Amino acid sequence: MKIRKNVAVSDSGFLFNPLTGDSFSVNPIGQTIISSFKENKPESEILENILEEYRVDKNTAEKDLNDFKRMLENYKLID
Amino acid sequence: MEKKTYERPIIKPLNSGLMNKFGTRTEYTPKTHIDGVKVKDLLAEFGSPLFVMSEDKIRQNIQSAQRIFETRYPKVQFAWSYKTNYLNAVCNVFHQEGSWGEVVSMFEYNKALKNGVPADKILFNGPDKTDDDLKTAVKNDSPIHIDHLDELYRLIEISDEMHIKPRVAIRVNMDTGIYPMWDRFGFNYENGEAWDAINKIMATDKLNLIGLHCHIGTFMLTPSAYGVAASKLSALALNIKKRYDKVITYIDMGGGFASKNTLKGSYQLGTDAVPDIEEYAEQITSSILNAGFETDELPYLYLETGRALVDDAGFLLGSVISNKRLSDGRRSTILDFGVNILFTAFWYDHKISPAQEFSQYTEDTVLYGPLCMNIDVVRENVSMPPLNAGDNVVVHYVGAYNITQSMQFISLRPAVVMIDTKGKPHKIKSSETLEDVEKNELLPTHLNKFEL
Repeated sequence: MKIRKNVAVSDSGFLFNPLTGDSFSVNPIGQTIISSFKENKPESEILENILEEYRVDKNTAEKDLNDFKRMLENYKLID
Repeated sequence: MEKKTYERPIIKPLNSGLMNKFGTRTEYTPKTHIDGVKVKDLLAEFGSPLFVMSEDKIRQNIQSAQRIFETRYPKVQFAWSYKTNYLNAVCNVFHQEGSWGEVVSMFEYNKALKNGVPADKILFNGPDKTDDDLKTAVKNDSPIHIDHLDELYRLIEISDEMHIKPRVAIRVNMDTGIYPMWDRFGFNYENGEAWDAINKIMATDKLNLIGLHCHIGTFMLTPSAYGVAASKLSALALNIKKRYDKVITYIDMGGGFASKNTLKGSYQLGTDAVPDIEEYAEQITSSILNAGFETDELPYLYLETGRALVDDAGFLLGSVISNKRLSDGRRSTILDFGVNILFTAFWYDHKISPAQEFSQYTEDTVLYGPLCMNIDVVRENVSMPPLNAGDNVVVHYVGAYNITQSMQFISLRPAVVMIDTKGKPHKIKSSETLEDVEKNELLPTHLNKFEL
């Protein structure tokens, strides 16, 4: 999973895709996941980090991460 | 290190300058307590979903409405509209506050009697009154509001048979400048039908015409329509006095005041668009006071206000079953209550608040009920904070027409709790059981057994 390299994410969760001109808002956990994808971290590691950092069970976290990935694909933010 | 509260990752496109049917975010604070009782505690004790009524709010509403009308008009009587919410506990709060009963069927009539309302303080409305119903009401001296000519003729016959002169009013429908005009109930004012009915009553001497009744519509957003209606009924009453020297003792303005709910398709929120009760009161009382009644012949003003007095005293608590992503990318959330118990979801965009803390992030969401039916949509478009399975929500303004119109369909109907004025919850209706539903079913013996 690789985020398009031109996609910019600000600290406040504002995301801009220069290729399409689209902008988005992302919540803090979404922001962390995008940054991790940008750093080419594997999904298993991202999931582990979420489980370590938040009060959530594995099934929920995995389901939500997959859903988030689909939305990134849907918005054409992934190579 | 303590772990952070989880919120699922969300990404939301920013479309500046474009219309958005999901609207802007409306929820800023969670609804964690009702009358000081924790929503989570109520759900843990009584199960989910759960209707909750606030006794305090009902009392505040009726006391405030009485004050508003009584400071403008000397003779006011409220009658609780049973069909709006006929749970005995709810009815009795209104009766304790001085409201009479207003019913539209023998079922409701018997309920009011059983609750202890004196029969002569039960206003009997509606188009469906059988001979037995009429006879009971005549015997009990309940004011009967005549809806159509067949009923009028039947009452004359019953009066003859029973040698009792029933106390009656006629229901009048009229053009008050609003659409749709409710002309299916009662006798029309403009085409002379109402006057015709009055003439018939006065000619027979079998019926005692004591009142005039109207109910111009429901969820009325135009208070001036009530002014027009009150003027027309006053004109009728004054003409009756002039022609027959008969004093009409009451004018019943029915119900129809709007609650703070948001009608589907409304641009503004209900809390902004709906008139205050003062505005209705001002129109009605000014019209009657200025109509030209002699001071000692001023009629009583009866009001059958339902929705506006109870809607905001009712809450529906529920839980999130699951989240899904629809094929077009919209978020859908499945709740454990649907249109079977939240019937008003068909015509309102209900205010729905999460019952737990949430961040400022929202997603465009469709809220579905649990029924395996496509029509089961609680909110078609709403900007909601992310909800996880197991989270709780509170639906506001559900006190009117939901408990009475809820259907036992696919699942069982939930319990109802009333929180008293000291903050103590009381179960006022148990949740339905399979036995309740099957109680009246009968199985022919040849269908007792089968093999598969």
